[in-house]
Amino acid sequence: MLLPVHVELTMKKIILIIGLFCALFSNAALANVIAENEQEREMLRIANKLRCAVCQNQPVSESRSGLANDMKVIIREQLAAGKSEKEIIDYFVDRYGDYVLLKPRKTGTGFPLWVLPPLLLVIAAVFAWMVMRRRKELEPPTQSKLSDEDRERIRRAREEEKNDEDDKQ
Amino acid sequence: MNKLWWLFVPVMVTLFTLLAFGLTSDPKKIPSPLINKPFPVINGYDLAGNNVSLGGKAKPRVINFWASWCASCRAEHRVLLRSAKRFAGKVELIGINYKEKQQIDGRNWLRRLGNPYVWSFDDQSGRMGLELGVVAVPETFFVNSEGIIVHKIAGPLSDETIANGIEMIIK
Repeated sequence: MLLPVHVELTMKKIILIIGLFCALFSNAALANVIAENEQEREMLRIANKLRCAVCQNQPVSESRSGLANDMKVIIREQLAAGKSEKEIIDYFVDRYGDYVLLKPRKTGTGFPLWVLPPLLLVIAAVFAWMVMRRRKELEPPTQSKLSDEDRERIRRAREEEKNDEDDKQ
Repeated sequence: MNKLWWLFVPVMVTLFTLLAFGLTSDPKKIPSPLINKPFPVINGYDLAGNNVSLGGKAKPRVINFWASWCASCRAEHRVLLRSAKRFAGKVELIGINYKEKQQIDGRNWLRRLGNPYVWSFDDQSGRMGLELGVVAVPETFFVNSEGIIVHKIAGPLSDETIANGIEMIIK
């Protein structure tokens, strides 16, 4: 393997590099807002599924905007009143629409969003497979024989090269 | 080989149509799920401290969320003053004073700039805003005499947009 500075890549080093690479992305997973209190944790778990409508693409749980704070108050109240997660989420969907859900619904208008990407991947894979199969069936181009004229040109070129090298020495 | 490429044409056309639609529409303009639903029945107080209620059958109503801290509300205030005069007797213009720091701020604002509203619902907590899916003030709901939300405008009103909305509820 070619590296700017010659480093011998042992198995240990490779594992270390992969480990550091993974660590680079794991901070995103650990960045969730956390809470000690059981009910507060439940509130944040639900708030994490709701979009803060005034901040683009941020869950309510991570936002400190006025609207997100009001939404958290409502979630706390409804949890205290014994409402289920579904009831609480439906409360917001009834008022703000499906837009408030960070993950689109798996039915209705949200259905294509879940189905299309894997479907496109399958179509692309089938297409690639068909193209490759066809390519395999193609006859490789036949190599044409060298003519006497070609051989003569090669011989001359080699001789010239040899003469040039002799001149340099 | 050439036949195969035709497989990709519908896929590409679909993708481009979706992209064209998605990239040209404004993500801030979200259709409200409340259209054609009844306006929620809510009791509370107006800025003078009187008991008031919203929702149910009444005169056609234009219900406008406003706040003294909101710049666009100031911009549309003149439109509201004009419309209140123009449509007096046909519709009731009702304010919802949304999330004031102090109650007095809303009252002072109306005193200074003029009061287009029959009365203003005091929504210091923002609870009413959540109940109606309000994202940012100003937002205006057009409610017919049956108490059904017929139309909603997010953002500042113009003389035309408010007149159009009123047309829809006094028919």
